[in-house]
Parts: sequence; structure tokens; C-alpha cells
Amino acid sequence: MNKEQALQSYLLALADDELILGHRDAEWTGHAPLIEEDIAFSNIAQDEIGHAQSWLRVYESLTGTDPDTVAFLRDHNEFTCCHLVQMPKGDWAYTIVRQFFFDAAEIVRLGYLKQSVYDPIREIAVKIYPEEQYHLLHTQGNVERLGDATEESHRRMQRAVDEAFGQALGLFESIPGEDVLADENIVPDSKTIENEWLQFVVPVLKRSGLRSPVDETNGSGGTDVKSWYGGRQKEHTGHLKQIVTDMQQVYRMIPGAKW
Amino acid sequence: MGNDIGNITNAEIWESLKEVTDPEIPVLSLVDMKIVRDVRIEGEEVYVTMTPTFAGCPAIYQMKTDIVDKLRELGFEKIHIDISFKEPWSTEMLDDEARAKLESFGITPPTKHNGEPTGTMNAKVTCPHCKSEDTTMENPFGPTLCRMIYYCNSCQQPFERFKAL
Repeated sequence: MNKEQALQSYLLALADDELILGHRDAEWTGHAPLIEEDIAFSNIAQDEIGHAQSWLRVYESLTGTDPDTVAFLRDHNEFTCCHLVQMPKGDWAYTIVRQFFFDAAEIVRLGYLKQSVYDPIREIAVKIYPEEQYHLLHTQGNVERLGDATEESHRRMQRAVDEAFGQALGLFESIPGEDVLADENIVPDSKTIENEWLQFVVPVLKRSGLRSPVDETNGSGGTDVKSWYGGRQKEHTGHLKQIVTDMQQVYRMIPGAKW
Repeated sequence: MGNDIGNITNAEIWESLKEVTDPEIPVLSLVDMKIVRDVRIEGEEVYVTMTPTFAGCPAIYQMKTDIVDKLRELGFEKIHIDISFKEPWSTEMLDDEARAKLESFGITPPTKHNGEPTGTMNAKVTCPHCKSEDTTMENPFGPTLCRMIYYCNSCQQPFERFKAL
């Protein structure tokens, strides 16, 4: 893969994660357990979709294909999002834990992309980093509160952590071509992000009264839990087709319609 | 062609863009908001660079349309609008006048920060109505991406605070 192809591959993976999670978050609009959270998740959804659009504009500058075409006219099996973002919204505990895992990964990744030698990536990373900081502040606060609030909240949060942890590790599956970009200091390699992510999230879970499935005995920061890989290679769960079909339905009825 | 655009200066365009207001905060213009970043005239063509507040702000398209309409009124037909992140928007760009207008509109102006906007989350927040500092954050998110929801315990009114960015 040459540098140009590697850039396109990386930008699509970033955009697909944001786009699909943004749409999953939007499934809570009008349904969240509290009005405050309804507003919060509707905001977060809008932010994530905006971030996807920002990455897709850079993709457009390289390929000439506009963001709407990429988002709404690609088949689901062309997406390269990880499995974490495509899973159904689940209960509120799963939603909070998934978003916390994602936000923490974003903060680590964007921290590196803010230093990228490739201007268009650096500019967007600088722009969206503080927005993700606000998300993380919110989701981390919720993890800390719900982790040991009541017996039920603890039980649900623990179940969500057990379920989402391995899925979240799929965020760090190597993106095709990333080695080419990492060699030129355009992006970090995914293993680096994973290690920093583990160092950040495991202590947060611990002080929230939640167990993480990390093997703390080997001292290497490695985990015993299976990583849900495949998303970056376009091997998806059945849930992706459902959300992509929902998301694209209106656009495909009248392609190019202006609202 | 209605007007003679040959004589229009850069400064005059900036002046007329001060009449284009933020669709969500009508007391501020897109110039006050520092959303319009650059204006350039080349012959009969005009180039405007704008930058969104939050990356996902949907109002940017309405703003773009409003700028195009204003420039058409002046007589321009070839209008190019570029949306750029080169100089990312920050609440630090808002001057005292813009902050005062926000407050008069009922939105607490964004707290100043030193590159760490989320560091302002726990800052004391003054109610824009009664100026009391006895206020409580109800939601770090709000009706638009750039606002948070507060409640004033003194005058018992809900209000919004502009989110530092």
C-alpha cells in the first residue's frame, strides 16, 4: 500500500467508527432514561457525526468523492469500523461503558494525531480534541457514579464492562496501511494507543468498583480477554448491516436530495 | 448586474457581513462570533473563509447560505466559501463586546481558559439575569453543541452558559 492509499484507508476507518457510533448514540434521542442524558447523547451523537464528516472531507480532498456519497452509498461490507461501535445500543450501562471506552481511545489517538506531520489530519485533531474531552469527562463521571451506586447499577455496569472490553480492544486492530503512515509520523501505531488506553481505563474501572478482564499478573499490560478483531478487514457482525441499512434508507430513496 | 462591484472594498464586505447574524444567537453577527475568518476580492470574485464553532455544528450551512445571500445583495455572482479548520475556532476569540452581547441575550459568556477548555467546567458561573453566583450545572450539554444548561438558585431561572472551547 502506498502512502496515498494508506491515508485513505486510515481516514475511512476513523470516519466509520465516528459515523456508526454517532448513529448508535442517536438511537437514544427521545428514549434515554433521563432528559439530561437524552440531551447529552443527542449532543454527543451530533459531535461524532460531525467528526466523521470532518475526516471524510479530507478523504474527499484525496479522492474527489464527497462525504455523503461515502456515508450513504457504500455497502455495509465496505465499512472498516470496529465491532464495538456497531453493537446494538443495549441497556444504559452498556451505552455508558461503550462510550467511555471509545472516548478514552479517542483522547489517546487524537493526542498523537495533534502532532501529525500531515497538516489536514493535525488540524482536525486539534479541532476535535477538546470536544472529545467534554465527552470523556461526562462518560467517565457516569462510570464512576454508576459503578458502585446501587446493587443493580453495579451489576449492570460490570456486565457491560465484561461485554464491551474485548469489543473495545478491536478499536486497536491495525488499520491496513497504518505502518506506512506510522513510519512517517503521520499516525501512531495501534499497539501504542492500546497500551495507553489500558493504562488509563483500568484504574478508572478499579476506582469505580468494577473489575476489568486484564491480566495484571504478567505485568506487561497485556490482557487475557479476546480482542474482537475483523472490523478493519471488513469482517463484521450482523449488526452493522442493520444500522447501515437504517442510516442509508432515506438517502437512497432520493439520492442527492437537499433538505 | 445590479450594483457595480468594481468599487467595493474589502472593508465594505466585512461591514456588510456584520449584518449577517448567527442563526442561534441573533444578537451576534458572524463577524462578532469570529466565524468569518477571511475575505478576499479577486476581480469579480469574492472568497470567504469561515470556521465552525464545533466541528459538527449544523448551523454552518445556514450561515453559509446567509453569507452568499448577503454577497449577492452587494452584486457579487461568483462567491466562493471555504470552510476551514486551519485556525480552529475557540471561545478565546470572542472580545468583550461580544461577551457582553451574549450576556444580554441571557447566555453566560464562555469562561476564559489557557488552552484547557474543560478546565473551566467547575468554575464559578454567574447567572446572566440576576448576576448571582449561586448557580448549579444541570447538564454539561445543551440545546446546541456550544451551550450547557444551568439553574440559578437565587432568581430560580434556568439559563445557558456558552461552553468554553
